[in-house]
This record gives sequence, C-alpha cells and structure tokens, in this order.
Amino acid sequence: MSLELVCPAGTPAALRAAVEAGADTVYCGYRDATNARNYPGLNFDRNEMAEGIAYAHRHGRKVLVAVNTFPCAGNPAPWHHAIDHAAAAGADAVILADIGVLDYAARRHPELRRHLSVQASASNELSIAFYRDRFDIRRVVLPRVLSVEQVAALVRRIGIETEVFAFGSVGPMSEGRCFLSSYITGLSPTSEGACAPASHVSYKEDGEGMLSCLGRVTLNRFGRNEPAAYPTPCKGRYVTHGRASYLFEEPVALNAIDILAELKAAGVTALKIEGRQRGRAYVSEVVGSFRRAIDALERGETGTVANALATVAEGGRETHGAYRKGWR
Amino acid sequence: MSGSAKLTLGPLLFHWPAEKQRDFYFRIADEAEIDCIYLGEVVCSKREPFFAPYVEDVAARLAAAGKQVVRSTLAVMTLDREVAAVRALAGSGTLIEANDVASLQEVSGRPHVIGPYINVFNEGAHDVLVADGAVRIVLPVEITAPAVRALAGRGVETELLVFGRQPLSVAMRCYHARSHGLTKDVCQFVCGLNPDGLPADTIDGQELLTVNGTQTLSNGYQVLLHDLVALHAMGMTHFRLSPQDIDMVAVARIHRAVLDGERAPADAEEELRALTRATPWQNGFLHGREGMAWVEPALAGGRR
Repeated sequence: MSLELVCPAGTPAALRAAVEAGADTVYCGYRDATNARNYPGLNFDRNEMAEGIAYAHRHGRKVLVAVNTFPCAGNPAPWHHAIDHAAAAGADAVILADIGVLDYAARRHPELRRHLSVQASASNELSIAFYRDRFDIRRVVLPRVLSVEQVAALVRRIGIETEVFAFGSVGPMSEGRCFLSSYITGLSPTSEGACAPASHVSYKEDGEGMLSCLGRVTLNRFGRNEPAAYPTPCKGRYVTHGRASYLFEEPVALNAIDILAELKAAGVTALKIEGRQRGRAYVSEVVGSFRRAIDALERGETGTVANALATVAEGGRETHGAYRKGWR
Repeated sequence: MSGSAKLTLGPLLFHWPAEKQRDFYFRIADEAEIDCIYLGEVVCSKREPFFAPYVEDVAARLAAAGKQVVRSTLAVMTLDREVAAVRALAGSGTLIEANDVASLQEVSGRPHVIGPYINVFNEGAHDVLVADGAVRIVLPVEITAPAVRALAGRGVETELLVFGRQPLSVAMRCYHARSHGLTKDVCQFVCGLNPDGLPADTIDGQELLTVNGTQTLSNGYQVLLHDLVALHAMGMTHFRLSPQDIDMVAVARIHRAVLDGERAPADAEEELRALTRATPWQNGFLHGREGMAWVEPALAGGRR
C-alpha cells in the first residue's frame, strides 16, 4: 500500500487546492469551537462541508472531519451536532479526542469511522488500546514525540492504522493537555479550539525592535530585519539563568519528506500535513511536493525528491523533530 | 453534599533528594491534618529509582497514621519500561491515580482515581470514566466554577488543586535539561537543582512560568482559600495541596481551619502569605479568567 497523504483544508478553496495537488485525503472542521483550529475566517459551515465532501468524493478522495476539542460542561450539543452532520454528509471518518464525544459517536453512529486525534495525546500502546477497545477507533494520529523506532514498535503492537505528522508546526507539549495559552489569555485551546487567539495578539516597537505579545505577556522580540513570528506560548523566548532562549522549541517546521521510506518501513498508514490555518498556496506547494515524493518512493526511486519546502516552513527552518534521537 | 471535606496532598512534582522526600512524608504522617496522600513520580521516569527504596516504608508509615495512600502514575509515557511499571503497579491491587489513559487500560473495572492530567471537562467524559470504575475524579486545573458545579456531586468524589503551582503542560522533552544546554537522555538530573522549580521569565522581566523537568508550571501558587467553602457546597469532596518547598504542615493546618469554618479566609490569608513569601497568588481559571490572574475575593461573586 502506498502511504496515504492526508492534507489540511481551512477553507473550501484549500480543500479544492489539496485535491488538485494530489491529496488522497483532506481533513477539515466546522466553523465553531468543535475543532482545534477555531480561528476567524477559517473552517466550513454545514453547506460548505457537504459540498466539500461531495467534491472530494467525485474525485475519488476522502474527507475526515475534525471534532477534536473538549466540550465544556453543560454544552455538548455543538459537538454532537457536528458528528451528526458529518455522518449525514458522508464524511469518511471523524477525528475525535474527548472521551465523552468518542462515546457519543460510537453509540449513535457506530458505522462512522472514528480516528483518534493527536489532541488525545495517546503516546503508548496502552493508551491507544484503551481508545481502541472502548470506542473502536480505526486509526490513531500519533503525537509528535516519538522516534521512528518507537512508531514502528507501536504499529506492530496496536493492530490499528497509524497516521503521523510529516510536515508543519512542531508542538513540543503533550497536545490537548496544554494550558499555557489559557493561562495567558483566559481562552481555552482545549475547549474553545484556539491556541494564541488572534484577538489577543499584538505587536509593538520598543526601540530595540518589534515585540510580539499575547494578552499582557511579551513572548518575543525581533530585530529590524527579522520576520516577527506569531506569538504562540511554546515558541516564545524566555529568560532562565539570566539568559533568553527558545526554552521549549525553536521557530522551526517539521519536515519528514526525506525519511518517508523509513516511515513506510515502520508500517505507518498515513502522513499528515499540518496547517489548516495556512493559505491555499501553502497547501498546493506542500501537498504537491509530498505527492511527488510518495510517488517516487512507490516507483522505487532511491534518490530523495528535491526539497523546496524551506520557503513555506515556519521560521524558514526545518527539523526531523522527535523522529531522530536527541530531540528530547 | 454531606460528609466532611477531605484534605489531600498531591504527588510531589519536584526532584528532591530521596532522604528529603522520606523525611518530608514522615513529618506529614506524624503532624499534618491531611486525609489522603498521593505518592509517586508524575513528571519523569528517570527520577523514579532514587525514591524507590523508600516508597514502601513511607506508604506504610502514612497508612499507620490513618491516612489513605494513593499511588500516582506518570502523566506521559512512551517507553516500554514506563508501560511495564504502570502494569506492575496496577497489578498489585493498590489504589492508583491514573494520570495517563494508559493506566486506565490496566485498572478498568476496578476502583481508581482519575488524575488532573486526564481531561475531564464535561459530563460525557465524567460518566464514561465512572462507569469504568473511577471512584474519584481530580478535575483539570483549567476547570471553571460553572463546570465544577456541573461535575461535582455526580455520584463519585471530586477533587481540585486548591494550593500550589498550577501544572500547565507536560511533554517528552526536558526543558530543564535544555535550559542547561543538555538533553533528556544526558540530563545530569539538573531538575534537582531547583526544589521549587526553575523560574522562566519573559524577555522584558515579567515572572510567568516555572520549569520542572518536562513539566511547565505557573510562576504563582494557585490559592483558593476564599473559594473552599463554596466549592464544598458545590459538591467538591477533596481539596488538593500540591507540595512546594515550604512548610506544608502549616499550609495544611490553615486550609483545614478554613474548611472547618474555624477561621475566616481573610483571617487565614495573612498567615498563608507569610509562608508563601514573594510568590504571587493565582485563581483565574476557576473564575473564568486567565489562569495567571488573581481575582480579588470581593470580585469573585461573594464566595467567602
């Protein structure tokens, strides 16, 4: 089996761009707090979702619907409605994280495929087995904390499909369990779906350069000729021992395009491209590059595809992240 | 909710020397008005061997003092030996606090505690876990008062952190090692240099976070002295103090007196402030604000 290329779509235009660029599968979410990329101007209303699924199916591709945040107490209805609609619209699977939402989907729509979101942070065989045995999940999206060897060991043991991140932003924290953004802004990524919400982001000059701020907290300073990165708490500079540094993670993008053969040999089913918040140009470029790389791998070509993705990578720099030892 | 409010001591999050840990718990056994103690390494499995020779003695001493002992498990697991350790602990039949879903797979159908690192934000998740055997649920630190009202008193015990640095994230990467130019695999146990955590400030000098190995905590202490009685009325049964490198016996005494109505929160505040010194207080999450905020009790809906 060829590696399945799973691509992000923050808008209907990006969904079409992903299909045109060679995505096997597109993932997207509704325009509300039920998905983990709840940013202004992004995502799909009910009609757009139904049309997007129909468009992808006409082209022989699949659509996965992310309903991967955690409902607040007393208000599960938006999450339940999102799953009901995804089922009615013919989604090929839903991507879920919350135990209550998984339970609802498994009981009400047993025929609708369930994938476990990276937001559930299932990073070992027992956690994955818990979700598999309780909610019959068919695929797990693995957290970006495992080496290739660990991925291979999990694939052998868990008996369900795995999807791993191949390109995009690197989240160093255990996902779905990080409260840094809400600690600073009061808005929860876990239940409201927006880490570092745009409403709380600001930039200001301080004489030495440009400061990027989240809420009332300064997360970074950039020189005159340096591009100012978006102020996400885990990508900021902090002072420890009297020195400022990227304490959690450098401003780099994960790019696994030159280790696809290793991931395939590890038994991975699908490669995920991160970036529903990015535009259609990003989608076209990244998806096209990975399509060519996967096709070359299938033809048995040993040389790697020329990597031209640094220009769209976050911070213009790339990493293999946790796939290589030494990242921890 | 009937019944008296229970005071608990959460797992020690910091890497203290093993003898210091042993002495700390012996003093808790002998002197502290605490009903339940959580024992075990939550942050990093590399620390576990140091305290292992003492843990059974400590557990026995605490039990002999009439305290409930719950064994806490790691918040993130990826290694085979970590999975094997949780299997062995669960298999021993002791009451465990599951901090990763991995532990649940092993204790399903038997009584266990859900720790604050497993997301329980709504009734759906709550009820699935209770059906699976959870007898107590420690709510995540991000929980708000309306959610507490909805989730507490649904047939099992409910617990919340009321004192100590707020756990904001866990990871596989060690930031403590990284701050020293090291990696987790060759960390030299530098987390042991900071018994109350390593301050991480913003580049313009604002105190913001505390690094503790692979864990990130708030710079301030969560303090819910003014909310204890209201939380108890909402159905909260257990009130967690998280060990900091200060006089925790005194911290426990203050909270016990307020829970019992023997002292007014405003009166107890002064004594607690003397113990916490310059560390700021925070209570924002419960009051629907940013977690780093301190909402003055008069503004917090008259919950005194």
